[in-house]
Amino acid sequence: MDYTLTQIWAIIAVLAVGTFALRYSFLGLIGRRELPEWTLRILRYTPVAVLPGLIAPLVLFPAATDGQPDLARALAAVVTLALGLWTKSVLWAILGGAVTLFAVLHVVG
Amino acid sequence: MSQNLPPRSDDAGPQAPWPGRVFLQGLRDSLPFLLVVVPFGMVFGVVATEAGLSLAQTMGFSVGVFAGASQLAALQLMSANAPVLIVMATALAVNLRLAMYSASLAPYLGAAPVWQRAIVAWLLVDQSYALAHARYESSPRMPIPARFAYYLGSVTLIVPFWCVASYLGAVLGNRIPAGLPVDFAVPITFLAVIAPMLRTLAHVAAALTSVVGVLAFAALPFNLGLLVAALIAMVVGARVEVWLARQQGGGR
Repeated sequence: MDYTLTQIWAIIAVLAVGTFALRYSFLGLIGRRELPEWTLRILRYTPVAVLPGLIAPLVLFPAATDGQPDLARALAAVVTLALGLWTKSVLWAILGGAVTLFAVLHVVG
Repeated sequence: MSQNLPPRSDDAGPQAPWPGRVFLQGLRDSLPFLLVVVPFGMVFGVVATEAGLSLAQTMGFSVGVFAGASQLAALQLMSANAPVLIVMATALAVNLRLAMYSASLAPYLGAAPVWQRAIVAWLLVDQSYALAHARYESSPRMPIPARFAYYLGSVTLIVPFWCVASYLGAVLGNRIPAGLPVDFAVPITFLAVIAPMLRTLAHVAAALTSVVGVLAFAALPFNLGLLVAALIAMVVGARVEVWLARQQGGGR
């Protein structure tokens, strides 16, 4: 990470203020007025539109193996996703993925 | 389709709950979420320390931003030395969903005093939003002070546990033996968060578009690929939702 102290604190400050603005937006300023349906519809997909793209390269080309696809990490990802879909539980998915990662890394070692 | 619902009443019913009791209900309902918040907070603390952030910076993120997914997203881009503006824009894009939560709570809390709305907003997180929204929907006659009390109860444990977990992660992160696959804590955490969200074909379509898009736009400068892919994925999700609704409501 090659950032100056000022840059790091600027990132933290802008994210803190910006995130509060997003949280306060409708509650604070718009109050009881309803949003147009199409806005809500698009906003509804923000988490599933941003997070998968964020991690796809990390799963497919892990930096820890110099960008080479890695069996343990790929299996851990599949188990995490499958457990999450099946149990709907974030906790079980994380535990299952972590156990898979450690187990396969240990066996393949 | 266009059936008229009776207007929601904010009046206190005869059985209006005492705010203190509602607060305790919120507190109790939030307990299971601590099992998610604590490990997630520790992952952030560990990864932030591994990435080179100081303890103060790590806590600045957790206390000031208080939104785990965007904090990890920012860290990820910072580890890749992305330009500062891209780090800010992408992390805020991750938090756009908070504006959606804000919009969906507004009909229930919009008439509360400004200071109460500001507190709710400051502490708006996925877990308490989900709890509060479900509770407000099932008890439409709940008076506004009780709604505020319930909300406050649902976050009162989550806030300190999140901050303490980040702190522990940051402090223990220094002592983690080399060779542990800490790098993969972020993908596993996010996959675990995403999977339960894939409830409909529209959500799955948005997620797949996001993955394909990010790989297709990998060559864009300044890590812009993720933002572009996310915008397209949001539109795809919305379009598929409309298409699905038309398929189901075929006769109209």
